[in-house]
Amino acid sequence: MSTVIAILVLGVLAALFGALLGYASVRFKVEGDPLAEQLDALLPQTQCGQCGYPGCKPYAEAVANGEAINKCAPGGEDTIKKIADLMGVEVQPLDENHETDNTPKVAFIIEEDCIGCTKCIQACPVDAILGTTKQMHTIIADECTGCDLCVAPCPVDCIEMIPVATTTQNWQWDLDSIPVVQVD
Amino acid sequence: MESVIERIHKGHFSHFHGGIHPPEQKFLTCTKPIASAQIPEQLTIPVRQHIGQAGDIIVAVGDKVLKGQALSASDSPMQLPVHAPTSGTISAIKASVIPHPSGLSETCIIMKPDGEDTWCKRKICPDYELLSKGQILEKIANAGIAGMGGAGFPTQVKVGTLAKIEYLIINAAECEPYITADDLLIQEHSPTVLDGIKILDHLLAPKNILIGIEDNKSKAIDTLKKATADIEHIHVCVIPTKYPSGGEKQLIKILTDQEVPSGVLPSSLGIVMQNVATCFAIADAVINDTPLIKRVVTVSGQALEKPQNTWALIGTPVGFLTQNCGYKNKQHKHLIMGGPMMGFSLSNDQIPVIKSTNCILAPSEEEIASPYSTGTKEVECIRCGQCADVCPAQLLPQELQWSAKAKDQQQLTNLNLFDCIECGACAYVCPSQIPLVHYYRVGKAEIRQQKLLDIKAEKAKVRFEARKKRLEREKIARAEKHKKAAEARKARMNSGTSEAKTEKSAVAAALARVKAKKAQSSTDKNASPQESGNEQVSDQKSQVANAIARAKAKKLAQKAQLTDVQTPKNDSDTTKVDTKEASAKPKSENAPVTDKKAKVAAAIAKAKAKKLQQAKKTDDSVAKLPETKTDNDVNAALTDVKETAASPAQDKKSKVAAAVAKAKQKAKAKADAKAKTDNPVELTAKSQAKSATAKKEASPTPVEVIEVVEVVEESDSISAELPKQSAAELKKAKIAATVAKAKQKAKAKAATKNKTEKPTDLSSDETDDSISKKQEKPTSNNDNSANKELTAPVTKNSIKAKAAKLTKAPKQSAEELKKAKIAAAVSKAKANAKAKKLAKQSQTESNSENSEQKDDAKANEASASEIKKARIAAAVAKAKAKKLAADATKSQTSE
Repeated sequence: MSTVIAILVLGVLAALFGALLGYASVRFKVEGDPLAEQLDALLPQTQCGQCGYPGCKPYAEAVANGEAINKCAPGGEDTIKKIADLMGVEVQPLDENHETDNTPKVAFIIEEDCIGCTKCIQACPVDAILGTTKQMHTIIADECTGCDLCVAPCPVDCIEMIPVATTTQNWQWDLDSIPVVQVD
Repeated sequence: MESVIERIHKGHFSHFHGGIHPPEQKFLTCTKPIASAQIPEQLTIPVRQHIGQAGDIIVAVGDKVLKGQALSASDSPMQLPVHAPTSGTISAIKASVIPHPSGLSETCIIMKPDGEDTWCKRKICPDYELLSKGQILEKIANAGIAGMGGAGFPTQVKVGTLAKIEYLIINAAECEPYITADDLLIQEHSPTVLDGIKILDHLLAPKNILIGIEDNKSKAIDTLKKATADIEHIHVCVIPTKYPSGGEKQLIKILTDQEVPSGVLPSSLGIVMQNVATCFAIADAVINDTPLIKRVVTVSGQALEKPQNTWALIGTPVGFLTQNCGYKNKQHKHLIMGGPMMGFSLSNDQIPVIKSTNCILAPSEEEIASPYSTGTKEVECIRCGQCADVCPAQLLPQELQWSAKAKDQQQLTNLNLFDCIECGACAYVCPSQIPLVHYYRVGKAEIRQQKLLDIKAEKAKVRFEARKKRLEREKIARAEKHKKAAEARKARMNSGTSEAKTEKSAVAAALARVKAKKAQSSTDKNASPQESGNEQVSDQKSQVANAIARAKAKKLAQKAQLTDVQTPKNDSDTTKVDTKEASAKPKSENAPVTDKKAKVAAAIAKAKAKKLQQAKKTDDSVAKLPETKTDNDVNAALTDVKETAASPAQDKKSKVAAAVAKAKQKAKAKADAKAKTDNPVELTAKSQAKSATAKKEASPTPVEVIEVVEVVEESDSISAELPKQSAAELKKAKIAATVAKAKQKAKAKAATKNKTEKPTDLSSDETDDSISKKQEKPTSNNDNSANKELTAPVTKNSIKAKAAKLTKAPKQSAEELKKAKIAAAVSKAKANAKAKKLAKQSQTESNSENSEQKDDAKANEASASEIKKARIAAAVAKAKAKKLAADATKSQTSE
C-alpha cells in the first residue's frame, strides 16, 4: 500500500513540475540567440570585417555556432579572453592572419586631395563620412571606428589612419613611464 | 537626540573612518604674510583649467589685452572663460604643457605682460543684495570661478542648484600637511571671505552655514569667530586635525554625521560645500567685478630658502614662484603641485599656476624622495591590513590593489574603486611602500576608457545597424522605382496615342530583329541537318583547322617580313599556304561557292600582300626594278589611248582610263613576271580578261574610274596565286594614275589658257613625266624643268604654284584612296569570312553525307542564301568605299 502511495505522490509531483516547466518554457521564451547577443556585446564594434564576416554581429553569431574565437584583431587579446570566458573555452592567441596593432586610430581625409568620388562613403560601415559627389568629403572623427575600410577604395589615396592623440581626457596613468624632465 | 547644531556648539564631532596624522609642516609658511603678486616675463594661461570644456578663444595673437579682460567666452555651464591676469600682448596661442599628472600639452594662451598692469573697465557693485540670483550667478560664471580647493568644478553650477539647502559648508579644513593658503587668506582677508559667504547665503538660503576648520589654525579660527560673531546661523566648527578631513564627504560626515552615498551629490542631501578661496573669489567677482585672475599659492618645502604664501597670477610659471622663494636645488629639480599627499610631480618648472593650484612644493631629497632619483622600493604586500584601517572611504585597498594588478575591471567596480578619493592615506601607511593610489588611478583610467569605448562601440553598432537597414530600404525603393517605371511605360504604350504606337512598333521591330538574329544563329549552328551531332563536330573541326591554317599563314608572313622579304623561298612558302588554302576549299560543286572561296583566298592574299608591302617599303631597289621594266608597256598603252581620244572632253576621260589601264598593265606585267613560276597561263588569261572589262568600264564619270580601279584591284586579288608584290605595285600604279589625272586637269586648264596647239600631246607627255617622276625620283627634277620649258608662254609663277599643288594632290588622293580601299577590304573580308564558313560547312556536309542527298540539298539551299547575304554585304561595303573614293576625288578636283 505504502509503495502505491509513494508512486502516486511522486507521479503527481512529476506531473506538477512537468507542467510548471512546460509553462515556463512557453511563458519565458527568449527570442533570438542570447549567446550571440552576449558575444556581440564583447566585440569592439569596429565593423572592420577583418574576421572575415561583414560586421561584428555576424562574427558573434558565427562564434556562437563554433567559429574560432581568435579572429578579432581590433579587440585583441582582451576580447579573446572575454570571449573565452563566456564560451568556457581555452584562450587562444590572436589568429596569425589577423596580427595587427590595435592602437586606436581614426581615419583622416586630406581634404585638398579629395576628388569627391564617394567611394569611401560607400565603404564606411558606420556612415562616418560626410560628403557627396564631386564635393569634398570629411570624416566625423567621433563616429569613426578606425576600421580601415575606407582607405583601400580611395582612388587618390587621400585617406590616412591617424592614431588617436592622447589627451588629458583619455590619458592612462602609466606606472612604468619615465617622467619627462626638461633639461635646461 | 541632540541636533547637529547643538552638537557643534558642544564641540562634539563625529568621526570618519580611518585617517592619518602625517607630520605637520605648516609652520614653514603659516606665520609669514602673503607676498604680493609679481608679474613674470611671460604668462601661460591654459584655456581649460577646470572640469568641463574649454571656452572659445576670443583673442588673436598680437592683440593687446587689459587686465581682467576675457580671453575666452563660454556658452554652456560647463564652459568657463579665462581672463588676462595683467595687461599685455598675446604672443602665441599654442599647445603647452599643462599642470596635469600626465605632463601632456593643451591649448594655452601665451601672454607677454607690458608691466603696466592696466585694468579694464570694472563696475563696482556695492550692494549685491539688489542683484537677482541670476545676475549673481552670471557674474560668478563670467568671472570664470571654479572650485579652488583642487577639483576645479565650475562654481556657478554648484551654487546654482535648485535643491533645498540645509547646510552650506565652508571648507577651511586644509588638511594637507604643508598648505597654509586658506589659513593665511582667512587671516588677511576675512571681510572679503565673509562677503563671499554672505553672497552664497543670499544665493542658497541655507538653514545653517558651517565653517569647517582644523584646530591647528588658531589665528584663522579667531579671526573667523570674530567676524561671524554677530551672524547667528554661521557656525565656526573647529574640528580635530586629521587627514583627510578636508575631503568633501569626510567633512560632511564630521560636521553633519551624514554619509554621502556612492554616486550621489551632496546637494541631494541638502548640503553644498565651498572652499574658502572660492568664497573670496566670489566676493571679488560679485562686488569688485574682478574675475579670477590670481590666487594664493603656498610655496613651501625645505628646498626653499624662504617658503611663503604668495599671490600668484594665473599663468605664472611655477619656476618663477620658487625662484622668488629662493629655490636652492638647481641640479635635481623636483617640484610637486598640490600637497605632498595628493599632489603630482611636475615635469618642468615652466608649468603655470592655474585656478586650482593651491600649493607648490619644493621638497628636499630627505623630505620627499624624487621619483626619478631612486628606484622603486615597492615590495610584496604582506597583508597587514593597515591600509584598510586608514581608508577614509572604508574600501579594501589591498584587494583593490590585487584586482588593479590583475586588471580585473569587474572586480574593481565591485569593490567600489570609484569611491576612492585618492587621498593617499593607504600608500602613506603601507609598510611595503606600494604606491597604491597609482594602481587605483590606473585602474580608474582604464575603466573610464573602457566605458568610453563601450559607448563608442554601442554607437557604432547602432550606426552599423541603421546603415544596414538604410541600404535594405534603398534597395527595395530602387526595385519599386524600376517596377513603377516599367509599368508606366507599359501603360503609355497601351494608351493608343500615335506616340505609343510608334514606340510599340519600335519595340516590336526590335523584338523581331532579335528573333531573326536568333533564328539565323540557330540556322548557322544547325545549317547541317539537325539530326546528327557528328556534323557539328566536324564542322567545328574544320573551322579549327581553318583557323590554324590561317594562323600559320600569318606567322609565316610575319617571318617573311622579319627576314628578307624578297627571298623567293619565303614567298613561295606563303604562296603555297595560300594555294593550299585556296585549293582545299573549292571542292563543292556549286559555282557560287567556289567563287566565294576564291574571293576568300584573294582576301587573305591581299592581306598578306599588304603586310609584305609594308615590309617592302624599306627595300626600294627591288620595287624599282620591275617598274622600269614596265615602262615600255605603259608607253604603248598610252599611245593606244591617245589614238582613241577624239574630242578634248573625251580626251580627258580617256586619259584617265589610260592611266588606269597603264597601271593595270604594269601590275599585270609584274604579275606575269612572278606568275611565270606558278601557273602563268591561267593568271595572264584572267588578268587580261579583267583588264578588258576595266577598259570597257572606263566610261566618263570619275566615280566610275575609281570603280574601275577597284575592279582592277579585285581582279588582281581574285587570282590568288598573284604574288604579293603586285598589290604594292598596283597601289603605286594607282597613285600614278591619280597623279596623272591631277596633272591632266592642270594641263587642260593651262591649255585653255595658253591655247597651245597640241594639248593632247602635251598632256600625254606630262602624264608620262609624272609617272616617271613617281617611279624614278632622281630624274623627276629634270622632267619638271622640261615641263616648265614646254609651258614657257605661261607665267612661270602660276606653273610653279600648280606644280606644288600637283605634288600635294596625289599624296592626298592616294591617302584617301587607301582609306577607301581598306574599308572595302575590311567589309569584304568580313563577308568573305562568312561565306567561307558557310562554304566549309556545306563542303563538310557534302563530304560526309554523300548518301543523304535530301539533307545535302537543304544544306546547299541554306548556304546559298547565306552566300547571297554575304554578297549583298560585300556590295554594300563596296558602294560605301566608292562613295568615299568619290568624295576624295571631288575634294581633289575642287582643289
